[in-house]
Amino acid sequence: MNKLPLIFLGVFLTFASSWLGLVAYPYLTLGRMQPLPDEDTGGYFPPSESGLAIAGQRAYATNGCVYCHSQQVRLAPLSTDIAKGLGPRQTVARDYLRAQPAFLGTMRTGPDLSNIGVRQPDANWHHKHLYEPQTVTEWSIMPSFRYLYKMQKIEGQPSAVALKGLSGPHAPAPGYEVVPSDEAKALVAYLLSLKRNYPLPESPEPPVN
Amino acid sequence: MKEQSLISSFNPANNPDTLASHERAEIDASTRFPVLLFFGSAIFWLLVGSLLGLISAWKMTHPALFDQMAWLTFGRLRPAHLNSVIYGWASAAGIGVGIWLMARLCRVPLLHSKLLISAAIFWNLGVLVGVLGILAGDSRSIEWLEFPGYATPILFVAYAFIGIWTIIMFRFRKPGHVYVSQWYLFAAFLWFPWLYATANILLIWQPIQGSAQGAVNWWFAHNVLGLWFTPIGLASAYYMIPKVIGRPIHSYYLSILGFWSLALFYSWNGMHHLIGGPFPAWMVSASVVASIMMFIPVVTVAINHHMTMRGHFGALKWSPTLRFTVFGAMTYTLVSLQGSSMAIPSLNTLTHFTDYTIGHAHLGLYGFFTMMLFGAMYYIVPRLTGWEWPSAQAIRWHFWLVATGIILMVGSLSIGGVLQGLALYDTQVAFRSSLEYATPFRWVRGISGFLLLGGHLVFAGLFTAMLLKVGQRKEGPAYFATPANVEGAPL
Repeated sequence: MNKLPLIFLGVFLTFASSWLGLVAYPYLTLGRMQPLPDEDTGGYFPPSESGLAIAGQRAYATNGCVYCHSQQVRLAPLSTDIAKGLGPRQTVARDYLRAQPAFLGTMRTGPDLSNIGVRQPDANWHHKHLYEPQTVTEWSIMPSFRYLYKMQKIEGQPSAVALKGLSGPHAPAPGYEVVPSDEAKALVAYLLSLKRNYPLPESPEPPVN
Repeated sequence: MKEQSLISSFNPANNPDTLASHERAEIDASTRFPVLLFFGSAIFWLLVGSLLGLISAWKMTHPALFDQMAWLTFGRLRPAHLNSVIYGWASAAGIGVGIWLMARLCRVPLLHSKLLISAAIFWNLGVLVGVLGILAGDSRSIEWLEFPGYATPILFVAYAFIGIWTIIMFRFRKPGHVYVSQWYLFAAFLWFPWLYATANILLIWQPIQGSAQGAVNWWFAHNVLGLWFTPIGLASAYYMIPKVIGRPIHSYYLSILGFWSLALFYSWNGMHHLIGGPFPAWMVSASVVASIMMFIPVVTVAINHHMTMRGHFGALKWSPTLRFTVFGAMTYTLVSLQGSSMAIPSLNTLTHFTDYTIGHAHLGLYGFFTMMLFGAMYYIVPRLTGWEWPSAQAIRWHFWLVATGIILMVGSLSIGGVLQGLALYDTQVAFRSSLEYATPFRWVRGISGFLLLGGHLVFAGLFTAMLLKVGQRKEGPAYFATPANVEGAPL
């Protein structure tokens, strides 16, 4: 093999094949998928998200939640995701239309979050959990995201957004309260929006046994 | 030319175009500044990356560690670790090795070294901006592409200089054969910009929609390993093994088969990271098949290297270059076969989403590629500085610290990962157990990080001593033992 043009051609073609198959093809198909209209309500599946939840995706990215939490529900027998209650059905390409980026994830050091908005619809629970995870789940190894919150002196009326029911070493002293930053509010709005339980024809719910 | 001429013509030590020693010295001297610049900065990032990795590892067992500091949260440390070792260390050191090999194998003194010096400066600037960007809270959370959009163009400019330089070197090479290492380098230096540009355009600059991102992400990330690091590592092994033991590569035809099957199969591997994910089944299946087919290039290269080494394993006792390189080459076989097995869906079920994958990634990037780089650097640096490594004992420490460290790390993560995977799969077991099973093994992994960091400090010390020419001028190279004449010795 002393002919460089020949090596170049081979190197180019082998690589181009995978580029066409794994980049161009998904770009042209999955990348152009549209939401399905919901005839009952006039809305769409997946439903459009609030501006706050969209901002929360960025907080999810910059603080690296994806390194411990996946967002994929897979079918049996490849997984027991559905039996373990991660979601009622497999997550499919259409579920990620509005995800930017799509946090599919590669690790489950923590639980899958595809449907965390269904499992935990309480915003205060999420704030408490982000502020001091071990007070909510004693054995958790999730780090505290206290840096997204502000401890402040209560002036007159307590703030309406202050975290309720905090305990543990970082609970506020009497006369103080913990309030979420805009980033924390956005992150929680995003987590609450994670509900992949709407019906999609391409992903029927498997029968419960 | 006699009967042996075909084979011998592919051995850099042995072929008719072999350079006179003064020509070789002239070529080495021409590469001195750019290669040492890439090496030196790479070692800096190796230390930074090891430290970031060490802190992330200990956070898995001590979540309260530094948890009041946003920039040291696990979700920023981990990508900062990954990107500093991928781009700051492995790529930069790999480029350094590639430049030196290219000049030697093109048999011309390095042309336009200013291009490479600018490239090294831009590359390091890009990595610095990128890592600080991640820590400051601008990570994109797209694995292997976390650098914010304002850092990646700097890296791309740096790479463009290197690409242009590569073309010039090939254009002005001395006529004659193209050695197998050059095929790999030529391919790697062509694939990387294509990969990096595609991924940046489609994921960072003009992000595409939905789960298509996942496909592009893993096509990119797996190919950085398979079509950038792997060919550079193999190019180095194909050069260093024959050089040190002084005999040609066993089979030219196996070299050809290994090269083309790697090019064809590796590029299709990426989707095995997304088995069961939101993609058409054929895409995942294609990657599973390609991953299993990787058996061909891997076993081909393994046989070729093994047959070359046969009867010369005694050289591992004295040659630091060979010891690191052969460790890397053997790990390459092991990690690749492990990777093929992990793509088999029934096994993937167990290892997907667990620490086992983290162990596998370190076995590849560290046990194979980083060890290969160390081996090459032990060979190259004395030829650039005109100074011998000051202490064989220190090299021995370096080897044993990192070899023990990586075995301990991969071993613990693999066992812990399987237990974690069993717990995640079993419907009768609560999620909590997956954490508790993995915890003791994460402690061991944390300890292994100290061994690796220790080894890197020793290596950084040795490299600094080489730059400063510490100690007395030595007569011969720093060997672990006196080289025996192992010609024809039994295994």
